[in-house]
Formats: sequence, structure tokens, C-alpha cells
Amino acid sequence: MAKRIDVSGLNAYYGSFLAIEDISMTVEPRSVTAFIGPSGCGKSTFLRTLNRMHEVTPGGRVDGKVMLDDENLYGPGIDPVAVRREVGMVFQRPNPFPTMSVYDNVAAGLRLNGRYKKSEMDDVVEKSLKGANLWNEVKDRLNKPGSGLSGGQQQRLCIARAIAVEPNVLLMDEPCSALDPISTLAIEDLIGELKERFTIVIVTHNMQQAARVSDRTAFFNLAAVGQPGKLIEIDETERIFSNPSVQATEDYISGRFG
Amino acid sequence: MDISTQNPTSPPTPQPTEAEAKRAARGATRPGDRIFVGLSRGSGIFVLVLMGAIAAFLTYRASIAISKDEANFFTSFDWNPAGVPPEFGIAVLAFGTVVSSIIAMAIAVPIAVGIALFITHYAPRKLGGTIAFVVDLLAAVPSIVYGLWGVLVLVPHLNGLYGWLDTYLGWTGVFEWSGGPARSLLAVGILLAIMILPIITNVSREVFRQVPRMHEEAALALGATRWEVIRMSVLPFGRSGIISASMLGLGRALGETMAVAMVLSPTFDINASLLDAGGGTFAQNIASKFNEASPMGRDALIASGLVLFVITLLVNGAARMIISRRKEYSGANA
Amino acid sequence: MSNASLTDQRPPSSLRGATLPKWFAWAVAAGAVLLGLGISFAAGLDSSIQWALIAAVLFVAGSYGISAKVEGRRQAKDRTATSLVWVAFLLAIIPLASLIWTTVKRGVKVLDGYFLTHSMGYVRDTEPGGGIYHAILGTLEQVGIATVIAVPIGVLTAIYLVEYGRGKLAKAVTFFVDVMTGIPSIVAGLFILSLWILILDMGYSGFAGSMALAILMIPVVVRSTEEMLKLVPNELREASLALGVPKWRTIIKVVLPTSIGGITTGIMLAIARIAGETAPVLLLVWVTNLINANPFKDPQASLPMYIYLQFINSGGQGAAYDRAWAAALTLIAFIMILNLVARGIARWKAPKTGR
Repeated sequence: MAKRIDVSGLNAYYGSFLAIEDISMTVEPRSVTAFIGPSGCGKSTFLRTLNRMHEVTPGGRVDGKVMLDDENLYGPGIDPVAVRREVGMVFQRPNPFPTMSVYDNVAAGLRLNGRYKKSEMDDVVEKSLKGANLWNEVKDRLNKPGSGLSGGQQQRLCIARAIAVEPNVLLMDEPCSALDPISTLAIEDLIGELKERFTIVIVTHNMQQAARVSDRTAFFNLAAVGQPGKLIEIDETERIFSNPSVQATEDYISGRFG
Repeated sequence: MDISTQNPTSPPTPQPTEAEAKRAARGATRPGDRIFVGLSRGSGIFVLVLMGAIAAFLTYRASIAISKDEANFFTSFDWNPAGVPPEFGIAVLAFGTVVSSIIAMAIAVPIAVGIALFITHYAPRKLGGTIAFVVDLLAAVPSIVYGLWGVLVLVPHLNGLYGWLDTYLGWTGVFEWSGGPARSLLAVGILLAIMILPIITNVSREVFRQVPRMHEEAALALGATRWEVIRMSVLPFGRSGIISASMLGLGRALGETMAVAMVLSPTFDINASLLDAGGGTFAQNIASKFNEASPMGRDALIASGLVLFVITLLVNGAARMIISRRKEYSGANA
Repeated sequence: MSNASLTDQRPPSSLRGATLPKWFAWAVAAGAVLLGLGISFAAGLDSSIQWALIAAVLFVAGSYGISAKVEGRRQAKDRTATSLVWVAFLLAIIPLASLIWTTVKRGVKVLDGYFLTHSMGYVRDTEPGGGIYHAILGTLEQVGIATVIAVPIGVLTAIYLVEYGRGKLAKAVTFFVDVMTGIPSIVAGLFILSLWILILDMGYSGFAGSMALAILMIPVVVRSTEEMLKLVPNELREASLALGVPKWRTIIKVVLPTSIGGITTGIMLAIARIAGETAPVLLLVWVTNLINANPFKDPQASLPMYIYLQFINSGGQGAAYDRAWAAALTLIAFIMILNLVARGIARWKAPKTGR
């Protein structure tokens, strides 16, 4: 299931503004890669280029190459809709469909892709909710609206929704920033389990979180406001936090700026 | 921030104590405050009184007419208030009003929702803005001009459509056409549809625009096509908005006067065919008959106006209820 | 862990769907139009409405069929939705463009300086000449009086709702203002008719019409003013109150000036809306061919009623008919200018709070 992502020479624009410049990196399958860096350094923008969500923002434009195993996501004839099905995404704020029940939220992605028998669908929903560590909490209210859950439960519901379609990669854009510490812990545990099956990329503002959950960490920075964001370095998380090779990384991690 | 500079009259006062600030915030303690509160509350109450007065005076005049009516006011097909004895009823008007409004809604709602989606989700940004602006302007075109255009341009163009409907669907009876000018309830319905398009479009557009970006992104990230995004997140979010927009449009269609009066060739009769002359609407009937009405006739027209008032009141009230419920609903999830 | 039955349903190269080229939609559209014209010609249909409808149906069906074959059902559905939305847009644009075009084309015939500065006097319906001076005068007076009545009431009501209103009274006012927005203009006319003309036994006059127009205007003013006042940030009010400024002076000196641009816009849009109202004027003011500058006595002309009168007297052609269109063009121009100016003010005075 899990696939390797290989990015080379990627630029992303908002209109004529260059938001991130010349990024190249490899994301290993079945591992967690964390993106850290100060606000506005383009880490979320970069994340959104990995499933072609950047281009749905008005003026959003990308050039460069993103290889998912051996296919370039930005190659000719690639259908962005199909890409997003292969590369799932979890957002900063939990966003279950407000008019759908818990069950329908999880089933939403599958329903787009053809018909399933009721029993098949039940299985997938149960397995996805179990996979998101949410099953025990919601199994008695599958038909209640998804928006009635707590924030942390909603976020796990969104994760269940994303993994229900069996993507190859799971992108997480600051998935815990709107959650309380206990829910955050639950999600972090979950990330640890999910990496057995998926390639996971997570953007986070919280460096302890990056240190706790990720195998590799990428540090992004920008020279000044109005300048494009750049990848400073990417390495084993342990190395980044103990002995980074670039001074700026150490400054950021030790809290000297950002 | 630039407000403080716009306000040179407020003198530099020393920092007030907390108690003073509280008293000021509570207001209505000084004479100035009392007068101002009185004025503004008075205006609010005036609006309520006005609504009450409209209902009361219409009811009063209507009751004069209805008490002298020898026919059943609700079921009679006659309109002869000047006769001896006076006989009149609103059955024909109710039929014509309801039928023309239904036709208008059936045409206008899907198209208006389509345009609203076009503006918010399909058109390039600049084009969308321009269209929204044009639709806004069209909402301002007076009904008398729509009427003029309806008679001169729309009605002649409908002959072909009428003939076609008669040939292929004439057997239903509903689309039978005996060849007179196309100034029937169907023409009125089509014209009303064009007239209420802007308001339904505008309200739906506002609702679609309020769909939280994150709901659309949720669908996109699952690999939904544009239409699937709309079906999964935009339409469910906007459903109640579309309903209330449609009801606002319905309110307009029910009460539209001049355009209908100019296009329809009224007969005081119910006709099964939508293509042949027949029927009338409340508002049209008032405008057409008012000029030659006897005193009794005026009161009879007021009585029919009261019915129209009640109907539009119910429709608009329902639309507003739906909107306000939606607010609570989306607020709880924000 | 992967569910075999699910994975198997995917095409082998899942990222690369068969995609039709960009010009596909245009090609189908062109084909549909040609075919529509062809069918209409062959069947001897002469109405442009018919061939346009045929073309629209062909376009939607054609793009669905081809796309379903090549790209698959989901893409085809997406395309159908796109075509339907486009068709809706085009269907709506046609009558609206036709309306503007007809009015301008017919209206410019007799619209000139003379037309704007002379009344009808004793010009007969079939004769050319005459003008709309008396109607413009009447419309300006009636709308002006309506504005003078409606604006203070509307603005004060909005202030009450935003700044003071709590509890049941405010809720009731809000609800009934909303409902009032939907009162048909003819009903407002009937109300003034029964009160002013039938019960108080006053005659036709511009003022009677103004009262009905004011009823139509009040809710619009209240709603737009309310929206604008709500946009004023609370910090401004608190800043002023904390300086010890009484609440009423805070409202007049801080809240209103901040939102004056938006309020003006709302008022002008409300004026634009009532300037074209015909029904209440028909019941309450009637119409005359002569100049009557006194809005408080006797029938007065107005642009909408002028159009109506010329239209019914024309029988669909001749000098009166041209005059009806010229007056319609004048009325539309007046309303459009009001709209544009109102929007200009809104943009120029937009609160620079930066959202």
C-alpha cells in the first residue's frame, strides 16, 4: 500500500508570488515524516502540493516533479481527482461533513468510487473506525451526526474517513492544533499505529510532537517575509533534534526564533 | 483606527473610573439617552403598528364587501360586485395565482440554483463577479419594463413553443392551444420566472459562498470531482438557503402586478389548458379592475387583496423561519 | 491488511484517467448548435427558442454520452453538471440581454432633450411629440417624500434593533420587518387606499402614493442599515463609552459615521427599488398628462404610470408606443445610475478594517 514520494525541483505559486522555492526531498514509505518551521514558511503549502490540493486555491500553481513511486503527479494526463484518492489528507480543523452521520462520513469516499454491498460497506466502516481508534466510542451512535462528536473524536473521524479509501499516503496538516492535550495524545498514538500501513507526512508547529511521532523531520524556513520558503534540511528526527547540520535549524529548535 | 481621527469632537477626557464606564454602558440614564432610546424604540413599535394597521384596515374594508357578497367568497367563479345582488369570489384568482407561480418556480428555481453555482463554483473569478453584478442590476429592473418586454418580445416568441406543445402534448389537455395570442397563464409563468430569477440567484449565491472552505476541501481530498464536491458539501449546506430563497421568489411571483396585468389576457374563468386564455391573478385583477370599479367593487378588490396579503405573509414567514433555523444550526457547528 | 475486493476494483494505473481534450466541450457545443439549427430547419421550426432548446438538450446529452464512454461514469456526471450549469446561465442571459437590448433600441428613438423637458400637454396618443417632464417631476417628488418618511423610521428602527433591542419586542420587530419585505406593492397600495382615500376621504395625490412607497421602503432601509451597524466593531463603541461619552452620542458620533457609507448605499438601493413601482401609484396617484407640481393635491404623473398609460393607449404601435419605450429607457437608466452610484459609495466608503 504505502508508496515512496520523491520530490524534485518543486516551486509553488500564489498568483505571481513564489511561495516555496526549489524543494527536493524523499519521503520514505511506512514512516512518519514531520515538517517543522516558523509560520508562513510554506510547509502547509508544500504539503498541499503532494495531493494537488494547492491548485484548488485561487491562483495556486505548481511546477516541478512529485513522483509517487514511478508516476509523476504533475505529469501530463494525470487526473488530480485520482491523485487525491491515492493521497489522503487530514486538515488542521476537524471537518466532518456536517449533514452526514458518523457512518456516512466514513463511507463518503467509498460511495464516490462505485457501489458496495451493505455488508461490505459495514465492514469497511467498522475497520476504518477501529483503525482510527474511534470504534468503541461511536459504535452505538453511527447514525448520529458527525458534528455532534467532540473535537478530538471529530478529528479521528476525519482520519477514519481518509483511511477508508485505502490511500497510499496520508497527509496531515497540523492535525492536533485545534485539540486539547488528551485528544492530541490519542491522535499521536494513532499516528504511530497508522505508519505500519501508510506513508505519513505531518505538518506541525509543535516540536515536541515532531520529536515524539516522526522518524524523519524536515525543517523549512524563509529568509524574510515576502521571500519564498525553502527546505533547509531533512534528516533522521533524532539527528535534527540533537545535532542538526545547519545552524538555522538548531536556532529554531532551541527556540532562538520562530 | 481611523475612526478616532474622524471624531475630533470627543474631548480628551481623563480616564473614567470603572463605575462611570459601567453607568455609561448601561445607557438610558441621561435625558439625551432617554429621548434617543424612546425615538428608536418608537420606530420599531411603529413598524409593528403599521403591520397591524395593514391587516386591520384591509380586514375592515374586506368585511364590508364580504358581508354583502351573495356568492361564496372562496368558491364562486363570478366577479360581479356591482351587480344586484353583488356576487363575487376568488376561486379563479386563486387558481391563476397558484398555477402561474408554480410554473414560475418550476422554471426559475433550477436555473437560479444553476446560475448561483456557476457564479460561485464554475465561472472564472472575474467573470463570476461580473455576472453577479449584472444579476444584481437586473433585480432592479422595474416590473413595468418586464411587462412591456413581455408583451412585445416574449409573447410573439412563444407562438412557436405553444404550437409545438399543442402538437406533441396537446392530448393531455393541459397543453391544448386553440391558437389565440400566447397571453395565457403559461406565458405569465415564464415571465414571472425571468423576473424572480435574480432574487433566487442572489440569495442562493450568498448561501453557497458561505459554505466553509474546509467542507469543500474535505470532499476534494477524498478524491471527489467538482460535481461530487457540490453534491457532498455545497448542496447539503445550502439546502435550507435554497428553500428560503425559493420562497422569497415565490412571494414576489404571487404578488407581481403590472407585468402580469400587461401580459395576461384575463378571463374570469378557469381553463384546463395553460395555453389558452383563462384565469387571472389576485394582483393582476386588482390592477385591471380598479379603474372602473364601483365603491362596492373597490371593497371587493380589497377583500381579494387581503387574501393575497395573508398568503404572502405565510410564504414569507415560512421562508424567514427556515433561514433563522439554519443560522442556529450552522452556528452550533461553527 | 488491505481489503482485496476493494483494491481490485481500481484500474491498474489509477492516477492516469482517460481524459478528453480541453476543446471537447466547445466541439460538442458547436456540434449541438449546428445540429439544432439543422433539425429546426428540416422540421420547419422558425422560433429561436426552439432551436436553442434543441441545441441545449443535444449538448447535455452528447457530452454525457461521449464522456461516459471515454472517461467513465463519474467524469461524465461531472461534465453533465458542468454543462447544465452553463446551460442554466445561458438560458437566463438570453431573456435578460434581450430585455436590455430591446429597451435601448426602442427607447433611443424619441429620447432626446425635448422629450425630457416637455410634458404631454394635449398631444394626442397617435401624434408624435410630447415628453416626460411631468412624469419625471412626479416621480422625483413622490420618491423624495417617500424617502423623507421612510429613512428616519428605517434607520431609527435599525438602531433600536442593533444597539438597544433585546427580548421579545426586538424579536417581533425583526420578524415583521422581514415579513414586511415581502408585502406585494399592490397590497401596500390597497392599505393606503382603504385608510387614506376610502376612510379619510382624501383624493388621489402624489402624497398618497408616497405613503405606500414608504411602506415598501422601510423594511429595505431597516435591513441594510442593520447589516451595516452590525459591521461596526464593538471595540469602537466600548472605546467611546469608556471615555464617558453617553450612549446616544456614541451612536451618533461614532457608530453612524463609521457606517454612513453602507447606510447611504442601502438607502439608494431602496430608492431604486421603489422608483419603478407602478401598482401603488396606479391605485393612489393615478396619472395626468399635465404638469402638477403639487404632490399633495390631485393626480400626478410618474414614470411608471406614464409608461403604462402610453402602452395601453398605443395598441402596440405608433407614437405613444415609442414614448412608452423611451420612458422605460429613462426609468431604467435612472435606476441603474442610482445602483451604480450606490455601489460606488459602498466601495469608496467601505470600512477599512480589513477582514
